[in-house]
Amino acid sequence: VEMVLLYVVTAKKGKLPDDFSSDAHSIHAKPLYPASLPCQFVSNGPAQNPMQVPSGYGLHHQNYIAPSGHYSQGPGKMTSLPLDAQRDDYYSGLYTVPTQNVVPPSTAHQQPGAQQLYGRGPPAPHVGGSTPGSFQGAASSASHLHTSASQPHSSFVNHYNSPAMYSANSSVASQGFPSTCGHYAMSTVSNAAYPSVSYPSLPAGDPYGQVFTSQNAPAVRPVTDRSFSGPNTAISHPSPLPPPPSQQQHQQQSLSGYNTLSWSAVGLPSTQDSLLRNHTGSLATANNNPANTVADSLSCPVIQNVLPLKSSPVAPTVLSAASSARMPPPASHPVEPVASVTQPSELPQQKGMQYGDYVNNQASSAPTPLSSTSDDEEEEEEDEEAGVDSSSTTSSASPMPNSYDALEGGSYPDMLSSSASSPAPDPAPESDPAPAPTPASTAAQPSKLPKPFGYGYPTLQPGYQNAAAPLGASVQPGSPAYSGFQQYPQQYPGMSQLSSSLGGLSLQSAPQPESLRPVNLTQERNILPGTPVWAPVPNLNLELKKLNCSPDSFRCTLTNIPQTQALLNKAKLPLGLLLHPFRDLTQLPVITSNTIVRCRSCRTYINPFVSFIDQRRWKCNLCYRVNDVPEEFMYNPLTRSYGEPHKRPEVQNSTVEFIASSDYMLRPPQPAVYLFVLDVSHNAVEAGYLTILCQSLLENLDKLPGDSRTRIGFMTFDSTIHFYNLQEGLSQPQMLIVSDIDDVFLPTPDSLLVNLYESKELIKDLLSALPHMFTNTRETHSALGPALQAAFKLMSPTGGRVSVFQTQLPSLGAGLLQSREDPNQRSSTKVVQHLGPATDFYKKLALDCSGQQTAVDLFLLSSQYSDLASLACMSKYSAGCIYYYPSFHYTHNPSQAEKLQKDLKRYLTRKIGFEAVMRIRCTKGLSMHTFHGNFFVRSTDLLSLANINPDAGFAVQLSIEESLTDTSLVCFQTALLYTSSKGERRIRVHTLCLPVVSSLADVYAGVDVQAAICLLANMAVDRSVSSSLSDARDALVNAVVDSLSAYGSTVSSLQHSALVAPSSLKLFPLYVLALLKQKAFRTGTSTRLDDRVYAMCQIKSQPLVHLMKMIHPNLYRIDRLTDEGAVHVNDRVVPQPPLQKLSAEKLTREGAFLMDCGSVFYIWIGKGCDNNFIEDVLGYPNFASIPQKMTHLPELDTLSSERARSFITWLRDSRPLSPVLHVVKDESPAKTEFFQHLIEDRTEAAFSYYEFLLHVQQQICK
Amino acid sequence: MEALVFVFSLFDCCALIFLSVYFIITLSDLECDYINARSCCSKLNKWVIPELIGHTIVTVLMLLSLHWFIFLLNLPVATWNIYRYIMVPSGNMGVFDPTEIHNRGQLKSHMKEAMIKLGFHLLCFFMYLYSMILALIND
Repeated sequence: VEMVLLYVVTAKKGKLPDDFSSDAHSIHAKPLYPASLPCQFVSNGPAQNPMQVPSGYGLHHQNYIAPSGHYSQGPGKMTSLPLDAQRDDYYSGLYTVPTQNVVPPSTAHQQPGAQQLYGRGPPAPHVGGSTPGSFQGAASSASHLHTSASQPHSSFVNHYNSPAMYSANSSVASQGFPSTCGHYAMSTVSNAAYPSVSYPSLPAGDPYGQVFTSQNAPAVRPVTDRSFSGPNTAISHPSPLPPPPSQQQHQQQSLSGYNTLSWSAVGLPSTQDSLLRNHTGSLATANNNPANTVADSLSCPVIQNVLPLKSSPVAPTVLSAASSARMPPPASHPVEPVASVTQPSELPQQKGMQYGDYVNNQASSAPTPLSSTSDDEEEEEEDEEAGVDSSSTTSSASPMPNSYDALEGGSYPDMLSSSASSPAPDPAPESDPAPAPTPASTAAQPSKLPKPFGYGYPTLQPGYQNAAAPLGASVQPGSPAYSGFQQYPQQYPGMSQLSSSLGGLSLQSAPQPESLRPVNLTQERNILPGTPVWAPVPNLNLELKKLNCSPDSFRCTLTNIPQTQALLNKAKLPLGLLLHPFRDLTQLPVITSNTIVRCRSCRTYINPFVSFIDQRRWKCNLCYRVNDVPEEFMYNPLTRSYGEPHKRPEVQNSTVEFIASSDYMLRPPQPAVYLFVLDVSHNAVEAGYLTILCQSLLENLDKLPGDSRTRIGFMTFDSTIHFYNLQEGLSQPQMLIVSDIDDVFLPTPDSLLVNLYESKELIKDLLSALPHMFTNTRETHSALGPALQAAFKLMSPTGGRVSVFQTQLPSLGAGLLQSREDPNQRSSTKVVQHLGPATDFYKKLALDCSGQQTAVDLFLLSSQYSDLASLACMSKYSAGCIYYYPSFHYTHNPSQAEKLQKDLKRYLTRKIGFEAVMRIRCTKGLSMHTFHGNFFVRSTDLLSLANINPDAGFAVQLSIEESLTDTSLVCFQTALLYTSSKGERRIRVHTLCLPVVSSLADVYAGVDVQAAICLLANMAVDRSVSSSLSDARDALVNAVVDSLSAYGSTVSSLQHSALVAPSSLKLFPLYVLALLKQKAFRTGTSTRLDDRVYAMCQIKSQPLVHLMKMIHPNLYRIDRLTDEGAVHVNDRVVPQPPLQKLSAEKLTREGAFLMDCGSVFYIWIGKGCDNNFIEDVLGYPNFASIPQKMTHLPELDTLSSERARSFITWLRDSRPLSPVLHVVKDESPAKTEFFQHLIEDRTEAAFSYYEFLLHVQQQICK
Repeated sequence: MEALVFVFSLFDCCALIFLSVYFIITLSDLECDYINARSCCSKLNKWVIPELIGHTIVTVLMLLSLHWFIFLLNLPVATWNIYRYIMVPSGNMGVFDPTEIHNRGQLKSHMKEAMIKLGFHLLCFFMYLYSMILALIND
């Protein structure tokens, strides 16, 4: 095929048409894809999952939508249901699972099973790569489904399953439970994996029957209480669990059998929705006829093999799962119940356990049947655990929890963020249950069964109402508020146990919270804990803790907000928020409703922390205005009950997504539009990125997020600008050349952006030809500015995403740049100049783009200085993202080429939101004054985001303008309004609730050191650009000096000569030192200006989890991996080596070490490394034969190789980008890269950690 | 002659007062979210140079006409105007940059600055008025 060239006459400097024609010829001659092209993508396995997820979301949505329409009517149907049922229903819908836990002992076992199922379900997606991305989306819903399914159990199922009626109940739809669909999907998946297992959880049906009994046994769960310390509860649980299992199992099995049956019937995902509904409906019915349901469950002998497994043993496994929460793929748990049992001691797992217990407790406390209480959420994480303990209380409690988890943190499975999320949720759940149960409950291990559901109802209400006074608020009579620092349960396992055993009632008003334990920094040699650092859990009552937003999405630097600005100033700590609002979530409640309930004065979305004054009025928690509850809100679609607005999903989840109505649109939702602007100058052709890009695009063309309206276009440029006419109907792509770069115009505006599906063949032709079209070019100039102007013109009617690939300094037309870097100044310790942009051209362009809802993403692949500081502006202010590949060359620098491939794969397929705005609101008295991230601040609290992607993080600095003395809680809410790639307008809302404290000690106790460091890093970047780098460095050091001296002089009673920090701040100096040695801020070490600027860009735009790895990498020793403490993920055993401190003293020549820097892995092989390891893992006979450049571990069939690979895979799965692996030999030149990350060591230009401490101490004493 | 100087200064001062009020109104519009940062800044940046020139002319005029006290009174404000204009980073879109105006309390400091200038110009206005009348009487 020949390309038709239209020579656009504008040519002032135009080339001759002949040239073009020759190009065309060359194209013909060449094969579309040179054999030489690497098939890089194969390796991406892990990355794909994340990618798919987002897409899955989109799909779900669609599915959901349809149902929602049907269901919106739900309320009317509701009326038919008996009131009693409604309550139950409600719970069951949302929380059914937990309540069900209450079910009689026998059933109890079942629940565990169910939980396991859940666990599996969510993880399943991970495991089965094949499973559609949709799973994630579904996951949350899936859990719901489970629960519902379980409840309905046999009886319901029987009665109502088949009839669409229940589904009609619509409650589901209206609630936005579309997610439920997902649940189903999940469940189905799990079934496949573990057919028998999955459904046992369902026993929920039993729950009802149990409910009766359960109420009796209220005391049962006490053990769980105080779950603060996850571990404690865990301990208690194990004992109780074992006994009941057999009986319960049997019963449950029968029940489960039932469930399974129903499930299987459901089978299909599409049907899932309907099924879900059915289930819910069934649940409701079940509630009505508890006795019947029970009977049914019993009657259903069906399978349930699974159940037994899940029974007591399961519970422990669950726990492990919970622990695994950090890890994305905890799914495996169900499989390995036994193993998990052994390890129950582990905190996270235990927590999970606790949850379950606690659920039961709740149930017990409240005799009411449904019990599905909100508590479930937390449980969800642990899922399985809860199931175990609680046995089958009401409906399948477990499902609900899953969904919640997903909702909240998404911590579970998919969570890229991995670690942070899990911890927080766990503690909360545990604690909640505990109080109610009291000690007696512990004794009642069997009693776990009781866990009646009733609890949920009452408790919830109080919680809400009390929102203002969180501590005391705890609804349940027995449960006292948690004073003190329960938050830190993990640290204080012992404490928690005690407290829990005492009867969750009394809190651990413990003496001194772990976070306040003074640490003498200069004497503490091993300051770095052996396990990853979790986010502290805000010191709220259990109820609120469970509801609170996952720390993965939303973190505050101080989890105890000081009452006044004066107090904050005294503490010398930064106050701010770190956001990751568009994170990939596995479970997210999606709500479709005609009216989105918001405060009438401040427009806050209704959230779990508002208080209901009575049935018809609620009080905004941000501005304290009293609002009416709209009629529609009185109906709960989940349970199809009426009159319980506090049980609506909006009020039960701190992370929800609304499908927005046309009120939220300024124009019809835009289609997904992608434009690629490619540099094809000589330099670019030399670097060879085109082949990689085109290959990647060809492979992912079908996975680009979008719907049938998706449009795509291409532009290339050197000294002229080339457009490609891909209009449907042409026989081949047409190239249109515009050489008038001073006054750019669009040659054929209508046919340059074409429908992806209508013109797919032409697009493929073009992508195949593109890499070879310019091979002989001699054009060295780059007219980037005019190309961007043209791109803007092309995109402005619709908006969308522009991806710019640039390989050199722009040298022609508007926006041309001069080289500003003086190579001799690279290692200067004095002034680093030119960190800011050289021209406002790119900034203006970005603002224009932002105004037209167009984001510009920059891929800079250069071998020389390209003035990233100026170029980055185009992405910074248009909410784009920036990728930088220094010294890129497709053959000479294979690791960069591999990185580009992997990044592109993620980039092209990840979820995307268009024409987005994000508004952050906070309680009256607080105000936001500075924002960090890539966006344009359109008005005081409104961030304009032309595009939003799941990898974007934001930070906000706060100040306290009015004293907060009249409130005990503050809340923050971010609302992200965006258009999904499917053309839906959606609002994702996160709400975070934090306590207010009045003493300095409490402020220090609540410091989230990682969040504080990330915020400081953002502030330091601003300071570097607006002032100077040395100012920023001084400010960082001063931050440590000031906060530690403030602590020493006010809180600490120890002698002043020592450098003392509260335990919560003990890593602060280490992290600040790490920042000072970061590429962005280091001095004295040769650093290229672009590298430095890129590091700054990353600091500004990365979410916390990724940023922390960049600042302070994790080091593990991997030549002696053992199964001790290993976790099980998807049937794989993943060893958990302890973290090593970043110092050469930890490196032994006999060892091999893995360093996880977030976007890159290094494996350092010592000279004296055991030959067995080298042979077993690397596949070479000895050290000398290891090649210099090695980027993959061979798949060898040895134990140590398997362990190493499963560990690395596990690390990779926890993040969106698949990092590149470098094997670094001790003697290779590459080792300097490895060693520069050893931040505790001294370098010629910087302090060692100990020296830094001495320096800080010296400064304090001044 | 002296009267002419003050008549001119008076008009110039009036213009500066109006300009200050305009700045304050526009900035408070931004604060209240009635306009977006982009249009606010492009509006304001347009008037930065006229303001700078207007004020510098009066200052120079006072120097030439040897009114030392008034000249010294005006000098700091004129210097600040010029300094502010010169120190705008190369990548910014003027004294008022839409991407930064919401950061680090810039909006508040701009507002404060406009208020102070308004007060200053009012003071000058009456001073010129008094001086003008005095000069007319002397004539």
